[in-house]
Amino acid sequence: MGKRTVIPFGPQHPVLPEPIHLDLVLEDEKVVEAIPQIGYIHRGLEKLVEKRDFKQYTYVAERICGICSFMHGMGYCMAVEGIMEIEVPERGKFLRTIWAEVSRIHSHLLWLGLTADAFGFESLFMHSWRLREEVLDLFEQTTGGRVIFSVCDIGGVRKDIDAEMLNTMVSVLTRMEKELRDLTDVFLNDMSVKHRTVGVGVLSKEKAQETGAVGPMARASGISVDMRTLGYAAYKHLQFEPITAEAGDSYARMEVRIGEVYQAIELIRQCVELIPEGDVITKIKGNPNGEHFIRLEQPRGEVIYYVKANGTSFLDRFRVRTPTFANVPALLETLKDCDLADVPILILTIDPCISCTER
Amino acid sequence: MNFNKKSPWILHYDGSSCNGCDIGVLACLTPLYDVERFGVINTGNPRHADILLLTGSLNAQNIPVVQQIYDQMPEPKVVAAIGICATSGGIFAECYNVVGGVDKVLPVDVYVPGCAARPQAIIDGVVKALSILDEKQNALKGR
Repeated sequence: MGKRTVIPFGPQHPVLPEPIHLDLVLEDEKVVEAIPQIGYIHRGLEKLVEKRDFKQYTYVAERICGICSFMHGMGYCMAVEGIMEIEVPERGKFLRTIWAEVSRIHSHLLWLGLTADAFGFESLFMHSWRLREEVLDLFEQTTGGRVIFSVCDIGGVRKDIDAEMLNTMVSVLTRMEKELRDLTDVFLNDMSVKHRTVGVGVLSKEKAQETGAVGPMARASGISVDMRTLGYAAYKHLQFEPITAEAGDSYARMEVRIGEVYQAIELIRQCVELIPEGDVITKIKGNPNGEHFIRLEQPRGEVIYYVKANGTSFLDRFRVRTPTFANVPALLETLKDCDLADVPILILTIDPCISCTER
Repeated sequence: MNFNKKSPWILHYDGSSCNGCDIGVLACLTPLYDVERFGVINTGNPRHADILLLTGSLNAQNIPVVQQIYDQMPEPKVVAAIGICATSGGIFAECYNVVGGVDKVLPVDVYVPGCAARPQAIIDGVVKALSILDEKQNALKGR
C-alpha cells in the first residue's frame, strides 16, 4: 500500500467550464476517494420567489441554467399550470416539445464537444460546436435568443412557429443529420476515443440504482428510465423508446447520448407532422393557490420541480432537484479506483451542470 | 505596438453565472467565431493569461478564488466582466448569496452587456480590452 496523497481538483481547472472542487485522495496513481465541495455558484434563486411575482419568476426559472434554459422555464410553468388547472392549447404543447428536443440536441452536442476536449481530441470538440451553432441559429430564428429564450410562459408559449419555419427546421436538421453521422462515427469507432472511454468508470446497474443515478447515466447502466414516457407536453402523441446501453462505462454513456441526438431529430419530425392549428397560449386569471410537483426529462436526466402557492401573487416555495445533483453520488462511485489521468473525463461523463446543481 | 496586443491569452472563470455566458465565451473559440485566428488562446493557467474574462456575479465563497486568480496573473492584465450578472448582479442582484458585480472586488476595465452575452459582444469586449492592455503595457515601460 502506497502513501496517501490528497490532490485538490478545481474550482478553477482547464477542463471545467464551471467551478466545482474535489479533494482526490490518491494511493500512487489510483484514486481511493473523492470528496466534493460545492457552493461556488450558489445564488439562492429559490428564495427569489418572495421578491418576484409568479409571472416574473418564469424568467428567473429560465436562468437556473443557460444550457437547458427552455426546459427549466417549461417545468416551472407546468407546475404553476398544475396548481391553477390551466389547460395549455395543443399547439402550445407541441411547440414546447419541439423547443425542448432542440435543446436536447444542443446540450448533447455541447457535451460531446467538451468530452472530446477532455480527452484531448481538439478537432472533434471544434466540429461538435460547429454543428451546435446551426442548432443555436434555429433557436435564434424561432425565439430571438441564442441560449436564453424567454419564450415559455404560464399558459403556453409566447411565440408561434409558422409552417414554413417548421419545415425549414426539419430540413436543416435532416441536412445536419448527415454531418452528425460523420461526427458520431468518430466518437463511436475511433480507436483512440475507444481507448479513453471503453471500460473507464464502470457503473453497474445495482450501483446506479443504489446511488439514484438519473438520465443517460442510469440508462447507460441498463436502467430504462425516461420521464418523457410519462407523456407530459406532447410526448403522449409521439412514438419513442428510451435509449439504453448495458456496459455502464463512459463509452456506453456516449452511445446513449449520441442515440438521443438522433432520437430528438426524429421526435421533432413527428411533432412537425402532428402539430395541430390553433392558439399557442391561454389567458390566465387570478393567483395560484395550492401545491404541485412536476417531473421532466432534461438532457441530463430527471428534474423535479415543486411549487407551493398561497393565493397571493408571490409563491411560498419553489424547489428544484436537478439531474446533476442526483448524479454526483454516482460520479463519486465511478471515481473510486480510477486512474488520476481519467478524472477529467469521468467528471465530464455525467454531463455536469454545476449552476443547475447549486442554483 | 506591443507583442501581446497581437495575441492575448485569455482566462475564463465562472463566478456564479447560469452557464449562458460561459458557453458564449467558449463559442467564441469554436469555428464560427474562431478567435484563435487572431491569436487569442484560452488558457487554463492564470500565469499565462493577459485577459481575465469573468462571468457571473460574486459570492462570499468565490471571492478568494477570483482574487487569487487575479493576483497570479502577470502585469499588465485586464479584467472583463462578461454579461449583466458580472456587471451588476443582473436578475440575481437581490439574491441572498450574491454580493454584486465583479467590480466590488476587482478593478474591471471592460463591461460586456447582455443576458446571455452574445459571442460578437464578447469578441468586441476582448478587442476593447486589447487597447487597454496596450496602454497598461506602455505605462509599465515608462516606469
